[in-house]
Amino acid sequence: MNRYIIRRLLIAIPTLLIISVVVFAILALAPGDPMSQFAANPAVPPEVRENMRHALGLDQPWPVRYVKWLTEFVQGNWGYSFISKVPVIGLVAQRLPNTLAVLGVAYIVSILIAIPIGIISAVRRYTLFDHTATAFAFIGYSIPTFFSGILLIIIFSIKLHWFPFIYDSTLKVHDFSTLMTQISQSIMPITVLALFETATLTRFVRSEMLENLSLDYVRTARSKGLAERVVIIKHALRNSLIPVVTLIALGVPTIFTGAIITEQIFAVPGVGQLLISSIEVNDTPVVMAITFVYAILVVGFNLVADVLYGALDPRIKYT
Amino acid sequence: MARAEALPTLTRAELVRKPRSLWGDAWSSFRRHRLAMAGTVVFSLLAVATVLGPFIYTADPATIDFAAGYQAPSLVHPFGTNDLGQDLFARALLGGRISMAVGIVAMLISITFGTLVGSLAGFFNRIDGLLMRMTDMFISLPSLPLLLLIVYLFRDALHALFGPVVGIFILVVSVIGLLNWMPVARLVRAQFLSIKRREFVEAARSIGASDVRIITRHMLPNAMSPVLVAASLSVGAAIITESALSFLGLGFPSDRPTWGRMLFDARNFLELAPQMALFPGLLIFLAVISMNYIGDGLRDALDPRRLGA
Repeated sequence: MNRYIIRRLLIAIPTLLIISVVVFAILALAPGDPMSQFAANPAVPPEVRENMRHALGLDQPWPVRYVKWLTEFVQGNWGYSFISKVPVIGLVAQRLPNTLAVLGVAYIVSILIAIPIGIISAVRRYTLFDHTATAFAFIGYSIPTFFSGILLIIIFSIKLHWFPFIYDSTLKVHDFSTLMTQISQSIMPITVLALFETATLTRFVRSEMLENLSLDYVRTARSKGLAERVVIIKHALRNSLIPVVTLIALGVPTIFTGAIITEQIFAVPGVGQLLISSIEVNDTPVVMAITFVYAILVVGFNLVADVLYGALDPRIKYT
Repeated sequence: MARAEALPTLTRAELVRKPRSLWGDAWSSFRRHRLAMAGTVVFSLLAVATVLGPFIYTADPATIDFAAGYQAPSLVHPFGTNDLGQDLFARALLGGRISMAVGIVAMLISITFGTLVGSLAGFFNRIDGLLMRMTDMFISLPSLPLLLLIVYLFRDALHALFGPVVGIFILVVSVIGLLNWMPVARLVRAQFLSIKRREFVEAARSIGASDVRIITRHMLPNAMSPVLVAASLSVGAAIITESALSFLGLGFPSDRPTWGRMLFDARNFLELAPQMALFPGLLIFLAVISMNYIGDGLRDALDPRRLGA
């Protein structure tokens, strides 16, 4: 098991290196130039521009820049934002709590909703409950987050005036009323993200449960006289959850991506919003760092999913 | 003798029952899947409406008339008007052309590339490892951030080369296609590995068929069922991705409406003119959910365990 984890880690490192080369090459070969904003400015003479390029190392070939960037990146020096002149790692760290709070709550909520619904759907297959849940899951899975977000704003902010549709990031929670404001402004972004995740998970839990409920060991459990509740929860559910846990781990990068759009709709000042605004102003160091953080998330959680699967399922032996 | 002549003379073709084919069975099973059929009807309607609609509904999508701004849906303007007084129905029809075309062309790119990689990896052991490592690497790419990045960086260059609409179209379609071929490659490879040792492949090889002929004539047709399901699901996914790009302001130029772009433009007018967001959003949703139901129906219809059921 430990040897397997170590081997998987050793595969993950070259994958990350290749991804970083790809991202870096795309940025380096793109026609845009971070200095182009000065090109149009007559107050900056060409020789000053050249000096700035030289000072930033932009006149070196991109493989050299890549190696320099990588050695600094692994030491935690992610460079400075071209626009705000603040260390990139600080910018990202400042935005991360907002993203994590919204994402974490949304993911936990959707897991807590999806597992019971999936179980009941599978156990009471083809009943009204199952049909409703399946239709609901299909809708949740097909509705793009940017449309469900806008629908929620129209219904709950504009028509009903229940929740504010702009997320106030300056809000500090220090008493009960600010806590309520914080909750009410977080409800809609969380709902949008949770809707999509719940839909995906519900379908998966249902089909896994159905698969297991028809197997021999479940019949054995029933025939030895166990209560139906025990058969479902202690026998079928435990085995169904193995792939579900894997899917939950694999879903983490997806929900981070989903947050890019949700943060944009509700103006939540998170990492995703920082990425969009940095792309708009050609802020290469920030864009590079965030894209790479996403890549680390994908590779990391793929690894977690693989290891969890092996740890939970004793039938899988790693060599 | 007289009696025998009274019998109608049957030709051989009439005596033999019409053969049942895999695709015939699949079709009859697909037809029984009500939601999949509903999805087919809705998606076809959307396709016909966006292709032919602008010829029949001739209101100009670009005419600006501030006096007619923010109108709710009416007989004159079935979807109402936007902040500039432009007719939203005409814009939705025109915008649908791009959104639907992006979905279908991106699907074709990812299916073609995925099938190519998958069949090469599944057929030739020598390059299997290499191709699958490449597939794994592409799966680890953070696709939406990368998509945003590439579109943003290369937008102006392609704009200059092919013009505003065609340039962005080529860019968006190829990037979406090239970031989504991996599941197809894995499916095709798995199918190829399982049918490579079957007798009909051996038979084809023993009569001297070339590798190319074995792959294209014998193996691919038998590996296509899961690809078809993946294809229908990827149309919906590509439509969502294009709309998401446009919604983030990184898609097509603003004078060229797409459903996602219309939603982007609607964001600041949700209170005054909710119809600006509701109709394009609903159309995206309809296109995606109908494609997903088609995929669901295909999955059931093409599952050999269900045939004859």
